[in-house]
Amino acid sequence: MLEIKNLHARIAEDGTEIIRGLNLSVKAGEVAAIMGPNGSGKSTLSYILSGREDYEVTEGDILYDGESILELDPAERAAKGIFLAFQYPVEIPGVATMQFLKVAMNEQRKARGEAELTTPDFMRRVKEAAAELKIAPEMLRRPLNVGFSGGEKKRAEILQMSLLEPKLCILDETDSGLDIDALKIVADGVNALRSPDRAVVVITHYQRLLDYIVPDTVHVLYKGQVIKSGDKTLAHELEANGYADIIGAAA
Amino acid sequence: MNMQTGMKLSVAETALCEAYDHALGELPGDGAVLAARDVLISDFKEAGLPTRRVEAWHYTDLRALLRAVPAFDPAASAARIGPLVEGSTVLSVVNGVADARGAVEGVTLRTFANALADGTAADGLVARDGDDTIGRINGAFVRDGFVLDFPAGTELEAPVEIQTIQNAGQVHTRFPATFGANVKATVIERHVAAGDNAAFVTTISDISLADGAEVTWVIFQGQGAADTHLGQIRITLGTDAKLRLYVINAGGKLVRQEIHAVVAGEGSDLILRGINLLGGETHTDVTFTVGHDVPNTTSTEVIRNVIFDRARGVFQGQIRVAPDAQKTDAKMSCNTLLLSDEADFSAKPELEIFADDVQCGHGATVIDIDHTQLFYLMARGIPENKARAMLVNAFVAEIVEELEDEPLVEALEGVIADWLDKHA
Ligand SMILES: Nc1ncnc2c1ncn2[C@@H]1O[C@H](COP(=O)(O)OP(=O)(O)O)[C@@H](O)[C@H]1O
Ligand SMILES: [Mg+2]
Repeated sequence: MLEIKNLHARIAEDGTEIIRGLNLSVKAGEVAAIMGPNGSGKSTLSYILSGREDYEVTEGDILYDGESILELDPAERAAKGIFLAFQYPVEIPGVATMQFLKVAMNEQRKARGEAELTTPDFMRRVKEAAAELKIAPEMLRRPLNVGFSGGEKKRAEILQMSLLEPKLCILDETDSGLDIDALKIVADGVNALRSPDRAVVVITHYQRLLDYIVPDTVHVLYKGQVIKSGDKTLAHELEANGYADIIGAAA
Repeated sequence: MNMQTGMKLSVAETALCEAYDHALGELPGDGAVLAARDVLISDFKEAGLPTRRVEAWHYTDLRALLRAVPAFDPAASAARIGPLVEGSTVLSVVNGVADARGAVEGVTLRTFANALADGTAADGLVARDGDDTIGRINGAFVRDGFVLDFPAGTELEAPVEIQTIQNAGQVHTRFPATFGANVKATVIERHVAAGDNAAFVTTISDISLADGAEVTWVIFQGQGAADTHLGQIRITLGTDAKLRLYVINAGGKLVRQEIHAVVAGEGSDLILRGINLLGGETHTDVTFTVGHDVPNTTSTEVIRNVIFDRARGVFQGQIRVAPDAQKTDAKMSCNTLLLSDEADFSAKPELEIFADDVQCGHGATVIDIDHTQLFYLMARGIPENKARAMLVNAFVAEIVEELEDEPLVEALEGVIADWLDKHA
């Protein structure tokens, strides 16, 4: 489903290279975990996958369902089913959460040639998904992410994900700032989306989340490259021994 | 001959002078009304249209900008439209002529043409000062409008909508509105074009609030792309009176909206919110003056500008605090979202404070779309144009929501969204 080939990318503004020859493939139905110390380029990779303009791909390619997505803008990628749950969800005063959800869902449907949702259908979907994630209706009446606590923001990201039903879900540090109960709710939300035609990329630097969202593969990202890949036992190894050994071995 | 500039009359000046000679026989009123009109037009002939050398018009060189003035066009077709907010009582002025069938329960109402005909309107036909071009032109030509008198204690459930619809020619209207003690009311003053022909519109609203009155007055200016709109709002606030004035500009080629307020009663509160949606090759000027003449009054002014294309915008805001107006609290801000390199906005705040125990301030900012917010919306599948429009909308929605009147907020958000759909 996702194939990243020898990807090199830099910050557009100052030319600093962050991703330096990264290779990764994720199959449909797979849950892949990307781990790595702070500053290794995990968030940058997630932004590049979703098409943020601040980064420039200088070499390599990103194939999604066999086709390069480098020329697509973030909205086109989203309509094709790529979803990023942000590490830091963005506050937008003046944009009502419900209006945002409705526009996002309908624009994606339009781009795919599907009919727009009726208001009752939309309301029903939001109500159900919000209840699953224990999101209070009051929260949905506020402007987008404004005044949400850290945990509420993360849950709101998962709410968007379940409503938009993407094919490739990228979760960037969705576990940070969540207490154990919220973590379980979020993990249940993600697990509910697991399916043979969907792939999930979980970015985290703790093993904790992976106890609840059990990955099929684990990849260690360091200085913009995948330096080691393995199965879920690799995450346990990292938890026990830290990154030093692996980094040392790769150097 | 134009005395002030020593120049030949411009095309527009000539057109206005000729229009006066032609229209004179048809304009309502004689005696004192006619005398007042004559004074105003002769003052106009003498001063001409203001240039940038006139301080009050420094950013809007009306003489240079007003290239032509259409003749009166009594045959222009236009028709009344449904209200902005459902359930409103509509008073319509179509092509400059007030619909005399209009009525609002609990409000004493007559057409301004009647007030001109019987001479009672004569006192109001004066310019505010030597630079009051709008007062002069409007006073010389005014033909109709409504005189609204809200008796003390009246509380209106539904808004009153005054709509002026025109398609071509000249329209000069006036709306004196007197709100008695403790009146609670919402008035929507809506100016819209019925077509694409160039129209020349002047309009003056005299709003006076007696003690304890609480009024929301919303001006929506949605003229056509070739139209000139010269508006003036004259305001007087009594003790503990509260006026929320919203001025929304979303149309016109050449627009000037003057707001002149006198805060004359202790404990009174003036809230001005301005939204300027500017696009194309247009020029829009909002000029505001407030005089805090007595102690313990407040005023807040927030102006939000959204500017596309080669549009130019101006905000002049002047707060005057009289020597014994202690404890005045007056805050003014002007924020501009500049969406094109060729667009331009000039803000000129001015504080003239003669009392020492006051809180007055002003601020002006110019910003661009926030790229992180734009990316976030697009990452959810919202195409760039739509995402930009949402962010622009958010910039102005914040002050519309302050109204806390759901049908009104929804209606205004609707017209703003319509404008953005066409321009963003
Ligand atoms: N837009 C940017 N401007 C400046 N530095 C950036 C930018 N994006 C990423 N970086 C830098 O790139 C490196 C990788 O960052 P990031 O992808 O956030 O790491 P991680 O998510 O793995 O902690 C860091 O050194 C960070 O400071
Ligand atoms: Mg990160």
